[in-house]
Amino acid sequence: MTAFVGMPAFPEASSSAVSDAQLRYNLRKATHTIRAKRAAVVGEQPDWAALRAAGAAIKDRTLRHLDVYLERLEAAVTAAGGTVHWAADAAEANRIVTDLVKATGETEVVKVKSMATQEIGLNEALEAAGIRAYETDLAELIVQLGDDLPSHILVPAIHRNRAEIREIFASKMASWGRPAPAGLADDPRALAEAARLHLRERFLAARVGISGANFAVAETGTLVVLESEGNGRMCLTLPETLISVVGIEKIVPTWRDLEVFMQLLPRSSTGERMNPYTSMWTGATEGQTFHLVLLDNGRTSVLADEVGRQALRCIRCSACLNVCPVYERAGGHAYGSVYPGPIGAILTPQLRGLASPLEESLPYASTLCGACYEVCPVAINIPEVLLDLRSKVVAHGHVGQRVAMGAARRVLNSPRWLSVTQRSAGRLRRWTPRRLPGPLSAWSDTRDVPRPPKESFRQWWAASR
Amino acid sequence: MVGGEPMSARDRILARVRSALSDVPREENPDDVPVPREYERSRSGVDVVELLVDRLTDYRAQVREAPDVAEAVMEALTRRDARRLAVPAGVPDAWLNSVEAIRDDPPLPNVELNGLDGVLTGCAVAIAETGTIVLDAGPDQGRRALTLVPDYHLCVVRRDQIVRTVPEAVERLDPSRPLTWISGPSATSDIELNRVEGVHGPRTLEVLIV
Repeated sequence: MTAFVGMPAFPEASSSAVSDAQLRYNLRKATHTIRAKRAAVVGEQPDWAALRAAGAAIKDRTLRHLDVYLERLEAAVTAAGGTVHWAADAAEANRIVTDLVKATGETEVVKVKSMATQEIGLNEALEAAGIRAYETDLAELIVQLGDDLPSHILVPAIHRNRAEIREIFASKMASWGRPAPAGLADDPRALAEAARLHLRERFLAARVGISGANFAVAETGTLVVLESEGNGRMCLTLPETLISVVGIEKIVPTWRDLEVFMQLLPRSSTGERMNPYTSMWTGATEGQTFHLVLLDNGRTSVLADEVGRQALRCIRCSACLNVCPVYERAGGHAYGSVYPGPIGAILTPQLRGLASPLEESLPYASTLCGACYEVCPVAINIPEVLLDLRSKVVAHGHVGQRVAMGAARRVLNSPRWLSVTQRSAGRLRRWTPRRLPGPLSAWSDTRDVPRPPKESFRQWWAASR
Repeated sequence: MVGGEPMSARDRILARVRSALSDVPREENPDDVPVPREYERSRSGVDVVELLVDRLTDYRAQVREAPDVAEAVMEALTRRDARRLAVPAGVPDAWLNSVEAIRDDPPLPNVELNGLDGVLTGCAVAIAETGTIVLDAGPDQGRRALTLVPDYHLCVVRRDQIVRTVPEAVERLDPSRPLTWISGPSATSDIELNRVEGVHGPRTLEVLIV
């Protein structure tokens, strides 16, 4: 799979998506469908607001004492026969997993859809070590076979319609394993059946499974994976060795806390009362060898920011994507990361730092309408973090903006400068350009340049007094 | 750093966490961070059996209330023309009557499981509001692969195993056991958000409430 490297900043990256009518149709249909389903099942839960408050508070408690809970989780998993590894960054995590797979002597692994392993580019790292990773989630399979990038947290192939998926299956399945049935139709049922047949033998033969986790219970060492298709159960249950790569923020303190999140996540995510399958296991289970890789990879930098810290409450439900007017038009790829949409706009710049024009542009990929905050099941105030990040971008040196703000400060601070500027602007109004020159064009690309008035209020006041 | 050895990733991450949390007062304990639990642990409303049936049906699971287990099992199997059934070691003979039961004792190889017509189990807990059956690998449920590989899962739920809400279920469950929460048959919505039942798990889930 191609990685998100060297991505252009959000405005350029989104422009092709915005002009792609098919993509916009797919996105609109998908986001509006899930949005309506979510609203219906959240509406029938009389204590939703109380659950949301509890969810946010449990995550805050975890984050404020993350060191305590990490050590507690490690002890519980170890006591239950699992082995815990710690990875400070992506390279370290990839090396740990690669070594663990190599130690089994296997050259193939089956994978459950996992944001963390996508974030660290695990498939590419394994490939470089001669190990083939097979994605088993239907949407991830579509993305992998199509040599494509995921565009949504929950439904990564949201940008593909059935005809495109049929084409990918018919032309690519053969090179990855069992070919697609001859004369494959493009109705979803036939496509799902093709995926079932393609992957069944692989599951039965798999010796190593790799997963992430939705939750890790510090008190008991229990890991939790929610899914729909059963591919997760296959990968978690059938292989002799299971390796789970889990971000350090996925912890919840106690077993009882799951009673909150098992209500919040399915309803927010797929808009179901409950997802078809959830697996919970503690340590080495049913004779399996179990490894837990705890991943930092920038999370401690997010934790250090008192405003931005709340982004680590995220349970990856993707409700914020489905209500976002910007995501609906720009699609997931423009965000240049496995975390698209509003949550990506605050998570990516914090995880990676304001490292390139892409990360600097993400806090601006929002209208600040606040719909994301409203639907967030753990009450992450995304607009607040966006604004905070914008101020950091400016301080960090968004050059054009800094120059413009510096000039504005000088002009607005001095009555003399203001009056000179206003008078000359009034005189030159006939020559007001439609687009500003040079670096200032970035501003006028998306706005009409206003025509200055003939005279300023001060001039009018002085003349008519 | 101890004894001049290089810091392990574990120590580095824990040190970074602690330095990131320098704003948290030293004397603050985890339990000092308030967690309001004003959500409802239980609720009143329609009969839990009625609710469970409604929710399971909504997922397009097949569900029936059956006074006699053996008779209902036989009838379900006849309807599907399912003959050879995987059965965990602890399922009572009284459920089986003249069914061709292949006991998972010793454990059946996965390939053999794949060739059977279905699996018959009990359950640990059922959650009415969400239409969920929870298996905890108890004697009448068996190991996890047993209810995963065959294409048909017939599950017997006793009335006293049914609770209304998720918190009531979590309270009854033991996290040290492997748990599988099942809400309807395997499904996907990955293709244009159209729900398709049956991808990798059993494509048919049938529940008998006894």
